[in-house]
Amino acid sequence: MVHWSAEEKQLIASIWSKVNVEQCGAEALARLLIVYPWTQRFFDNFGNLSSPTAIIGNPKVRAHGKKVLTSFGEAIKNLDNLKGTYSKLSELHCEKLHVDPENFRLLGDILVIVLAAHFTKDFTPACQATWQKLVGLVAHALAHKYH
Amino acid sequence: MLTAEDKKLIQQTWGKLGGAEEEIGAEALWRMFHSYPPTKTYFPHFDMSQGSDQIRGHGKKVVVALGNAIKNLDNLSQALSELSNLHAYNLRVDPPGFSLQFLSQCLQVVLATRLGKEYSPEVHSAVDKFMSAVASVLAEKYR
Repeated sequence: MVHWSAEEKQLIASIWSKVNVEQCGAEALARLLIVYPWTQRFFDNFGNLSSPTAIIGNPKVRAHGKKVLTSFGEAIKNLDNLKGTYSKLSELHCEKLHVDPENFRLLGDILVIVLAAHFTKDFTPACQATWQKLVGLVAHALAHKYH
Repeated sequence: MLTAEDKKLIQQTWGKLGGAEEEIGAEALWRMFHSYPPTKTYFPHFDMSQGSDQIRGHGKKVVVALGNAIKNLDNLSQALSELSNLHAYNLRVDPPGFSLQFLSQCLQVVLATRLGKEYSPEVHSAVDKFMSAVASVLAEKYR
């Protein structure tokens, strides 16, 4: 059972309340596809991913990024039950999508960098530590149902 | 593989740091110790309080070494050769693929907080590749 201190919950909530889910999600996913190009293998039907500009402007990337981060928002509402929250998605990523869970860790780290660039000095070391913990646990929850 | 464009972006980005090496290095280390507590196991002899002389001194050392690597992007192996020996034979930090990635993440967060939008996807990609290349070189002599 994961423990979240009051301070950690506050740091998560205060950042999340200022996040534009659509924009942030789009940016995080675009960066995943740009910084770790092999991840494009999961998005063959997304159309033009031939350059950073193409990826950033790609409407399917934007839409999917929003979906991913919206789901993240669900996790934030259920910090005490991440495994339960992600149970179905974990099965999906394993059985249908065949995504190596290592990629969840990569996306989590990218999300932290996107937040850092957005919030600049407000993204304090304490903030980062809390969010690294969160993305780590989300990645773990998503990998939990793999078999 | 670092492309010519990557190298340019890395050098440009580093140029924007304007002499703040010590602060940036210290902050990256501080963030690393907080986000990844196991990394502290390599520094049992350090004063771990915020802003300690040891953290500042070591942070500066790390960033200066990276700066030197950036001046020698065409020959990282040679530029980092001494450090490669040090990490492999003396320090024996957990194989770079693992621990140094935490430093890479935290350094990138520091750069992102300072550069904001300028830490664009292209810059992010170039820096990530660079840190990966550095880790690779440092790991060369492990076994």
